[in-house]
Amino acid sequence: MFKILKHFSKKDIASALLAVLLIACQVGLELKMPDYMSEITKLVQAEGSEMSDILLNGGMMLLCALGALIASCTVGYFISKLASRLSMNLRLELFHKVEDMDMEDVTEFSTSSLITRTTNDVMQIQMFVSMGAQMLVRAPMTAIWAIVKIANKNWQWSTATAVAVVILLTTISIVVSLVLPRFKIVQKMLDRLNGVTRENLLGIRVVRAFNAEKYQENKFGKVNDELTNLRLFNQRVLSVMSPVINLIMYGLTLSIYFIGAYLIANSVMAEKITLFSDMVVFSSYAMHVIMSFLFLSMVFMMLPRAQVSAERINEVLDETSKILDGERECGLEGEVGTVEFRNVSFKYPDAEEYLLEDISFKAERGQTVAFIGSTGSGKSTLINLVPRFYDVTDGKVLVDGVDVRDYKLSALNNKLGYVPQRAVMFSGTVKSNVCFGENGKEKISNKKMRAAIKTAQGKDFVEKMDKEYDSHIAQGGTNVSGGQKQRLAIARAVARDPEIFIFDDSFSALDYKTDTALRHALKTHTKDATNLIVAQRIGTIMHADQILVLDKGKCVGKGTHKELMKNCKVYQQIALSQLTKEELDV
Amino acid sequence: MFNGGGGGHGNQSQQKAKNFLGACKRLISEIRGKLLVLLIISITFATAGSILSIKAPDLLSNLTDEITTGIRPDTEALQEISTLIAENYMSLDALSAGHKPDDIVYRGTTITLEDQQKFGELVKSIDVDDKNDASAMLKKFDELPESIRSIVEPKMNLERINHFVILLAALYIISSLLTLIESLTMTEVTNKFAQQLRGQISEKINRLPLKYFDRNQTGDILSRITNDVDMVSSSLDSSLSTIIADLALLIGTVFMMFKTNTTLALIAIGSSLLGFAFMFAILAKSQKYFVMRQAELGKLNAHIEEVYSGLNVVKTYNGQKEVNHKFDQLNQKVYESNRKSHFLSGLMRPIMIFTGNFGYVAVCVVGAILASDKVITFGVIVAFMTYIRMFNNPLSEIAQAATNLQSAAAASERVFEFLDEPEMSDQKTLSAKLDRNKVKGDIEFKNVKFGYDDDKLIIHDFSAKAKAGQKIAIVGPTGAGKTTMVNLLMKFYEINDGEILIDGVPTSTLTRENVHELFTMVLQDTWMFEGTLRENIIYNRKNVSDKQLYKICDEIGLTHFIKTLPNGFDTKISESDGISAGQKQLITIARGMVEDAPFLILDEATSNVDTRTEEAVQDAMDKLMEGRTSFIIAHRLSTIKNADLILVMKEGNIIESGNHNQLMKQNGFYADLYNSQFAL
Repeated sequence: MFKILKHFSKKDIASALLAVLLIACQVGLELKMPDYMSEITKLVQAEGSEMSDILLNGGMMLLCALGALIASCTVGYFISKLASRLSMNLRLELFHKVEDMDMEDVTEFSTSSLITRTTNDVMQIQMFVSMGAQMLVRAPMTAIWAIVKIANKNWQWSTATAVAVVILLTTISIVVSLVLPRFKIVQKMLDRLNGVTRENLLGIRVVRAFNAEKYQENKFGKVNDELTNLRLFNQRVLSVMSPVINLIMYGLTLSIYFIGAYLIANSVMAEKITLFSDMVVFSSYAMHVIMSFLFLSMVFMMLPRAQVSAERINEVLDETSKILDGERECGLEGEVGTVEFRNVSFKYPDAEEYLLEDISFKAERGQTVAFIGSTGSGKSTLINLVPRFYDVTDGKVLVDGVDVRDYKLSALNNKLGYVPQRAVMFSGTVKSNVCFGENGKEKISNKKMRAAIKTAQGKDFVEKMDKEYDSHIAQGGTNVSGGQKQRLAIARAVARDPEIFIFDDSFSALDYKTDTALRHALKTHTKDATNLIVAQRIGTIMHADQILVLDKGKCVGKGTHKELMKNCKVYQQIALSQLTKEELDV
Repeated sequence: MFNGGGGGHGNQSQQKAKNFLGACKRLISEIRGKLLVLLIISITFATAGSILSIKAPDLLSNLTDEITTGIRPDTEALQEISTLIAENYMSLDALSAGHKPDDIVYRGTTITLEDQQKFGELVKSIDVDDKNDASAMLKKFDELPESIRSIVEPKMNLERINHFVILLAALYIISSLLTLIESLTMTEVTNKFAQQLRGQISEKINRLPLKYFDRNQTGDILSRITNDVDMVSSSLDSSLSTIIADLALLIGTVFMMFKTNTTLALIAIGSSLLGFAFMFAILAKSQKYFVMRQAELGKLNAHIEEVYSGLNVVKTYNGQKEVNHKFDQLNQKVYESNRKSHFLSGLMRPIMIFTGNFGYVAVCVVGAILASDKVITFGVIVAFMTYIRMFNNPLSEIAQAATNLQSAAAASERVFEFLDEPEMSDQKTLSAKLDRNKVKGDIEFKNVKFGYDDDKLIIHDFSAKAKAGQKIAIVGPTGAGKTTMVNLLMKFYEINDGEILIDGVPTSTLTRENVHELFTMVLQDTWMFEGTLRENIIYNRKNVSDKQLYKICDEIGLTHFIKTLPNGFDTKISESDGISAGQKQLITIARGMVEDAPFLILDEATSNVDTRTEEAVQDAMDKLMEGRTSFIIAHRLSTIKNADLILVMKEGNIIESGNHNQLMKQNGFYADLYNSQFAL
């Protein structure tokens, strides 16, 4: 938590100090009020008091109240500013951190967890700072101030107050120790409840087809019961809190009066009146003391939740990217558009098995190299090594003759046109999606954008949209179909005008006709570019210059379609499962 | 999709019920039986508790009065004694011979001559200047002769004090007990009610026609089951009994106030209402910023989600600058609305406190003026000092509870709206039944007409016949109605016209459960649920031996994958896990194989599996299809080339039918589709 608070700037700290000062003023004024209050009470009770005295004291009290009001409003202003700025800065830092993160960490954290950390967890911290921090300052201040005011008045009363505080704290700590650990479980149960319902909804057809309604309802019922019981337990325990606290507060007032009565009865006349007014003042300050401890314990109830969020945020902020930026801006002279894998092996740092083993090949300028293999054979991992989503464990990946790790990341990216498996769309327009990013050259012109969409076979459907190239694209591209998204994603790569295209199974949502037309267009319009293609359809890759057949991370075949049909068993199997012998001999 | 559990609060509180009273009525009417009894108990106790608490300040002021009498010396008596002594001595001077000053008997106490003398000296010792000084007088007070002091000394009635203390203690304890019972019963009511609602929703899900899910989003239903139900229960918890108890307290206080003094009552109520009016003005303003903040936050979160999930593209396209620019803008906006809404809502408490203090002073001052005109006694002012506190607290609590009740009403409206959705047709009258072990396997579509909306048919007059054990493939472009055919076969939707016959029995006479029993269905979307791999494969099938399970997994090539998992079949599976689409597909196929029903439906079930894996699956499927009537829908024409019958669909109609070779010879739509995959 403290680590998080280090994200305050100097200016923030100054206004925080100012806020503390103001809180002190406010506490002072608030604690002054009981004095006037008892004075007024006394005046009103005593017959024949002067009206002007009552007005004076009332006026003073109102002034104090007004002062306290102004002070606390000003504090509120500072605190809201501080808390909002803290959350703004935290979000910004997290956002930048995630942008620089390597893909391995992103997978490890999981995207959805990173999102919650940047949004919900930051909000939690903000809430704690805006509410908890104020109490954390105010409560002890009030308690100490009030204690100082009533200290040495009378040991009997002080003892009564101390006993009340001890009982209060004991009750609270018992309640907290019972409830807090269960709160965390409740959160988990809620997630599970959500999960069970979600799976039922998502798989509604399967559930019905398998007549598994009862199965799901039982599953839900179990979680529902567990959740309800946990909550009931928690709230029952919490139910005890409020009556007990009330009892402590009323009980304390009562004991102060009771003790007071006996003290007065047993004292000499000269002390009686002083004792009485002391009693009234004491009881009102004692209330302040109790309230302060109450607030303080509330802060400690809020703290664990904020603590969890703080830890989750720090986890991200402490992560250092393993993908380090290089220095080179350009490749070797004379080498343009080449990609070479030299004995590349890759595994996750903690994993035992290699995902890729000893892969070597070279793609020359304008060539098409394709990768095929079964699920989990490592084809996607392989091409992900080029844009450095991961770095190789052994061997080297060279682009234009230079190890990718030596490039400045932006310079490397400028050479690449990457199209992922799942087409990514950003909310905005068709144009903003296609012109996304920078390529180290001038901004993509409208003409180029249109040409790119045409090449990607998207012209027809884009021009049918209501605003053509300026048509709105919803978040996640939910207002266009899968095939259209894929075509826009390809257009985005084409518009970049890269040396090397990387297609990670990017044609899967296209029907055969569009697939063919698109590859044709790519060949004519980007003939100098090198293509790396991962595909599942033989039809997509059978005309590639070089095909690598992968099986369980190893390269089991390399060559053209014709060669592989002759000498690669795995390739033959794949091919024959899709097309007949005659068709393959084309 | 991003929808963190428990998130989204703040937004909820702004919801307003469409029909507040109706929603409240419905809400209360849903609390039945044991819960209703508990609720009534809770409300009774809460009301009793607050009535008791009206009594408490009265008693406390009695106690204070009692203590106060214990500090006031009997000045009247002192005055009288002083006069008596003076007279005694004065008569001494006058009748110096015959009369002798004597002991005085005052109120049964004898004041000796000696004491009288001491008193006289004491009075003389007080300077004239000091006579008005109360403390100087009081100092001398303790030096009074014993006999006089015992008369004028303030007497504290300790017995009465004890009596009041015991009474008050009893009152506090009883009212605490009442509160305890009230909150315990209320907790029981709200939690059990929430449990009941959640259970109802969960069961409702399975009784709704699939049509409903086409129209509504998963996230929306989820938020009803968690956020809305939680909102109902927590708002109810903090509103229902509070409102009634506080209302009782408020009415009681107002009644007491007016009974005591009308002018002061008006002043007290007026000053409080002034503060509240101010507060509501601020509330209304801050609400605007809260709505704004929620909207801006939503935009920012959407941007974050979009960037995080498209991180690979952002990176490789050097899009950081562009993305950061937008982020900064949105972040700044969130900061502004955040700050303003926080600031304004933070003003509420200080204003509340100030209102309380203001009312206090107002009552004191006006009361003092009235008292000096002898309109009221001072006791009235003291009473009003407590009344004003008692009036303010429930008022703000009621205001809070009212907003809570409003969100409870709004949330419950959403819950009940869901629970009131029309359900699937009743099946009690359906008597026909087909035994899954005896079914032959013939299926016939007879002039089937169907549309998801009644006025828009998408299947026009479809007829086809499948003999037992045949493999029927359905192909066609997206939107041709292929998946719809499956929905109808499975009786997920009711057909508008025509008949589907299984072994000559119309499915309209069979229960949905019976129809489902007859089919094994493997869908394109690979549905996994949280649980072990074993649970995912066996699902709700009973008595599946491990041996059977291993055999099935072996057949479709899952064994290698399962062996790589840390706990094999007992590995927990969750949605986000790193199980590839292909592997998930294999698992669902295994699930289908365990089901082992006489009919088989493969709805593009292999499109997520790469072709090599698919071949293995295909072999297993071929085995499974032996002797079973199978329906296969696939984009990849290679997988259906050996089908007995291929139905080519376009815009809801079958435009061609026959086996592969026949269709190729026709050189029509199918042939065109087929050839396009080899074109260069």
